[in-house]
Amino acid sequence: MTLGQGTEASLVVDLVFWVIAVSSIVAAVAVVQLRNVFRAALFLIVSFLGVAGLFVLMRAEFLAAVQIVVYVGAISILIIFAILMTRDIEEGNPSHRLSIPLAIISLLFMLVAIFVVVQTEWNLTEHYNGDLIMNQKIGNVFSNTVPWIARLLVNDFVLAFEVVSVLLLAAIVGALALVRER
Amino acid sequence: MTLESILVVAAIIFSIGLYGALSKRNAITVLMCIELMFNAVNISAVALSRYVLPAGLSAHGTPLDDRTVQFLLTGQIFSIFIITVAAAEIALGLAIVIAIYRTRQSVFVTDINLMKK
Repeated sequence: MTLGQGTEASLVVDLVFWVIAVSSIVAAVAVVQLRNVFRAALFLIVSFLGVAGLFVLMRAEFLAAVQIVVYVGAISILIIFAILMTRDIEEGNPSHRLSIPLAIISLLFMLVAIFVVVQTEWNLTEHYNGDLIMNQKIGNVFSNTVPWIARLLVNDFVLAFEVVSVLLLAAIVGALALVRER
Repeated sequence: MTLESILVVAAIIFSIGLYGALSKRNAITVLMCIELMFNAVNISAVALSRYVLPAGLSAHGTPLDDRTVQFLLTGQIFSIFIITVAAAEIALGLAIVIAIYRTRQSVFVTDINLMKK
């Protein structure tokens, strides 16, 4: 069965995937390891862009656009503003003394997660043994996701959708109340 | 580009973010690493939605029909909500960091120990 046009198997897609994946992992390491907080924030933007590229490769174009607008456009700018407002902290980005045990714990967590991922028998959609029409419908869902997402958001997930808008409003009010000059 | 490779990339990014969030002293870096962890979770949610059939819709459960086929996209809906919550979290977190910086002239988490004294 081919999902969409079935381009996943091609060598170019594999190559693009590994380039994006390696660059976003390297950018994530740079976020953690760089001494200069401002440069770390810039590498965080690179990592966000890499994740947006992965979303495009996974046929989630709407999420890629949301990722760029919200993360690259809003959250990164917010972080950079916060860094500029606390600019006279000269010491930069130090670790505290527990960092080596914490690195070992994180490495163990990563190995356990990779082990679980590799060992699990995933129930892949590609192996769904429906009829031809249903396979075509699955392909349709992933070839143009925006109308499906819109329909889901205002039908089945409408309560969560409304609650999340109230949460955003509360966050705005809370942030304003916290940083207000007294 | 298989499901496993995407999930392995997500696990690596999550672990890097976990290490940074636990070991860094600068509160802004901690918030940045928490964003990295959110991103890794988003990658895995979208990948699972893209490649894995939900158990309730599998061959053993009810077969896919015109209505249930849309629930293949549930992972992407989850991702949208995670992004929204992350935006709210980073706005409030940075507001708290700036408020602490105003009163105590520090953004290091090791210096914020008023309740320990």
